[in-house]
Amino acid sequence: MKQILVTLVVAGGLACSAVAHQQTFDFKDPKGVNNAVFKLDAPLEAISGSANGVSGTVTFDSHAPAATKGKIVIASKSLTVGNTMMQEHMHSEGWLDVAKHPEISFDVKQLKDVKTEGNVTSATAVGTFSLKGVQKELSVPVKLTYLPGKLADRSGGQMKGDLLVVRSTFTIKRADFNIKPGQNEDKVANEIELTLSIAGASPQK
Amino acid sequence: MKRTLIIVAVVLAVLTGSFWAVKGAHVGWTQNKQQVKTIDPITEIEQIEWQEKFLPGLDFLAIGLGLASALLVGSFFCRNQTKQQNPQNS
Repeated sequence: MKQILVTLVVAGGLACSAVAHQQTFDFKDPKGVNNAVFKLDAPLEAISGSANGVSGTVTFDSHAPAATKGKIVIASKSLTVGNTMMQEHMHSEGWLDVAKHPEISFDVKQLKDVKTEGNVTSATAVGTFSLKGVQKELSVPVKLTYLPGKLADRSGGQMKGDLLVVRSTFTIKRADFNIKPGQNEDKVANEIELTLSIAGASPQK
Repeated sequence: MKRTLIIVAVVLAVLTGSFWAVKGAHVGWTQNKQQVKTIDPITEIEQIEWQEKFLPGLDFLAIGLGLASALLVGSFFCRNQTKQQNPQNS
């Protein structure tokens, strides 16, 4: 009986210490630095733009990075290109239909092939990518950089806590997400390269 | 009239080409916003801001040169001004 109690206490302690290391990072960035860049290289023209309407949370444990989970959301309306008319077309019903589908998201379920060196973790994030109401399972390379205590530097000393920088570059096909499949491919490429560069904050409570 | 049209066409073509070249000879569509990038010193993330700035593209060049060509073609349909002969000399 005593042995069972000791085992339960030890197991409970280990579980508590594991939870204690787990932090939730909020990616809503008041400074507007977080961004996603998109590039399309069609035969007639290359289009590039960015989106800064980033939000979402990621749960990260610096002692067990493989347990990372979370969801990153990008406001479709924040997608911007250099030509206003082109941007209106991109937001319109025929293309992204931002009025009906206001969010683009990636819901990370697990990390695979995790390699950690110092504060930097490289892995393959497996999750569900949602665009224009279509959900697709994707595996994308990610690099996580854990910056303990750096929130104070970034907030001018107003908040104490840690930062988590997430970087990822991957390619999707617009046809897979029902964005004019097979149409206008000479002007708007089917393949879209996405580059995510975002930082999340975990303030100390 | 013919001469005026030719001069206007040439000036328009030169101005359009020069403006396009001086503004960076951009080979895509005309843009009215441009990215300004700065590096966040803490996270080293490249911050992207969009600023209003006109950047003429190939469509701008095509419209300018097309208009100049139209004026040049139009000039072919104008008659040359003939010099009035002085009746006293004849």
